[in-house]
Amino acid sequence: MGLTLKPHNVLPGFGLALGFTLFYLSLIVLIPLSAAFIKTATLTWEQFWAAVSAPRVVASYQLSFGASLLAALINAFFGLILAWVLVRYSFVGKRIVDALVDLPFALPTAVAGIALTALYSEKGWIGQLLQPLGIKVSFTPLGVLVALVFIGLPFVVRTLQPVIEELEPELEEAAAILGASRWQTFTRVIFPALLPALLTGFTISFARALGEYGSVIFIAGNMPMISEITPLIIITKLEQYDYAGATAIAVVMLMASFTLLLLINYLQWKTRKLNATA
Amino acid sequence: MWDTLSYPEALVEPGQRSRVRRGVREEPAAVRYLLIGAALLFVGLMLIVPLSSVFYEALKKGLDVYFKAITDPDALSSIRLTLLVAAVAVPANLVFGVAAAWAITKFEFRGKNFLITLIDLPFSISPVISGLIYVLVFGLQGWLGPWLAEHDIKVIFALPGIFLATIFVTFPFVARELIPLMQAQGKEEEEAALVLGASGWQMFRRVTLPNIKWGLLYGVILCNARAMGEFGAVSVVSGHVRGMTNTMPLHVEIAYNEYNFTAAFAVASLLALLALVTLLLKTFIEWRTRRNTISL
Repeated sequence: MGLTLKPHNVLPGFGLALGFTLFYLSLIVLIPLSAAFIKTATLTWEQFWAAVSAPRVVASYQLSFGASLLAALINAFFGLILAWVLVRYSFVGKRIVDALVDLPFALPTAVAGIALTALYSEKGWIGQLLQPLGIKVSFTPLGVLVALVFIGLPFVVRTLQPVIEELEPELEEAAAILGASRWQTFTRVIFPALLPALLTGFTISFARALGEYGSVIFIAGNMPMISEITPLIIITKLEQYDYAGATAIAVVMLMASFTLLLLINYLQWKTRKLNATA
Repeated sequence: MWDTLSYPEALVEPGQRSRVRRGVREEPAAVRYLLIGAALLFVGLMLIVPLSSVFYEALKKGLDVYFKAITDPDALSSIRLTLLVAAVAVPANLVFGVAAAWAITKFEFRGKNFLITLIDLPFSISPVISGLIYVLVFGLQGWLGPWLAEHDIKVIFALPGIFLATIFVTFPFVARELIPLMQAQGKEEEEAALVLGASGWQMFRRVTLPNIKWGLLYGVILCNARAMGEFGAVSVVSGHVRGMTNTMPLHVEIAYNEYNFTAAFAVASLLALLALVTLLLKTFIEWRTRRNTISL
């Protein structure tokens, strides 16, 4: 890599800091990660395809991608409301609610998993209310959705909050003076300004849900073809010492993650650009 | 401004003026209450109820059972291991975070944005895959497996594997907290220190460190919470050896799968307390730093 150092920079430690950064990054992240791709390369294309397109695996993609998408949509909707309420309104307990939004981030996923399972089981606080309605959550795909909504909750709120704070009051005032109703102002002025950040939060929430393991496996029931998520299939294959098969599926998930990461970077860049010109 | 025209400046308190100004930027009261209600319902159902249920389930059978569960030898050894894992992973990523942020924010070089993306990479990777890649390198069938077996070194299903997997999943925390902060601070203060005759170490200790201390602490707190709570990645590399390679989250899983719910929730309640302390410290730092920027 060609490194061009500005000639007038007098600060010390560049070589050491960058050298250590690259060394540590390679050792911890890049070399182990490349192992996944190199391991997969030992498979023939037919073997790879058979591993990643087995019916049970495809069913797990459908569940993982479908439930993650739905969870991200629910989080986008409630996240927008929550962020708006936290920035614009004042109410009792607002600071506590604001701090609690990060709970899914701070609470270990296994703890979230067993708590949600207990809550939504037939005898649980919420489960016993849903049972008369014929709704079963624990040990069904619906349980997967609940867990994924939980772990993705902070992302939309936290990406939207700073953007709502920075909205120019003049824009809304101008819209009001020009005769727009509050709803028109929201749909025509506010929402378009929030959209890139909303999409960013949505995508982060989706990406996070896709790889989630700890909170899901307790509540999902893990029935093959029905409530088995893709990360669990990877674990199952590992336990059967099918390393190549586990890695092939992991590579599919990694490609999905990398695509989402690129999308998130693009959306964040777009949000910054929009805010800079506003 | 249009809204103050009808209110002579002198008569309007600053707070009141912003209320007048906000007038057209406000939804009708009914909509406001509806939105607040929806937000509180969502937070209550998704966050507060699950959190309270952890403590309720843990204490359901009384304090005696609770204390017995957390002083059980296997539980205690999982607590010790979790503390040890955090004591290894957090300092490792702290040193890395400072080095990476220093190189990235104080110097210009090509490929910087790509480097930042690479540092963020572990966040976008499933915890399960984070564990898997270490099995591929250090496991018995892995690259270094035969060599390690020959020299009787265990990485997978042993402590080194748990350390590595935890370092991986908490890799970006400190760096990504420091990079924007140090970017905003620029390098004039450090340059001034050097011109005034400070050595590199003095400059770092007296100028850089005080400037970044809150950001550093923030990153460390988040890193620590994840290091103590990581489940998926650690689960893949640990091998679940009771009293040996079980961290607290793994202990919770095993107790739960054995239908020993009170024991599972008792240890889970300790992790939930950790989460609450994390949130409290995080909020405190946010409050502190916001105040600092206002008082500047």
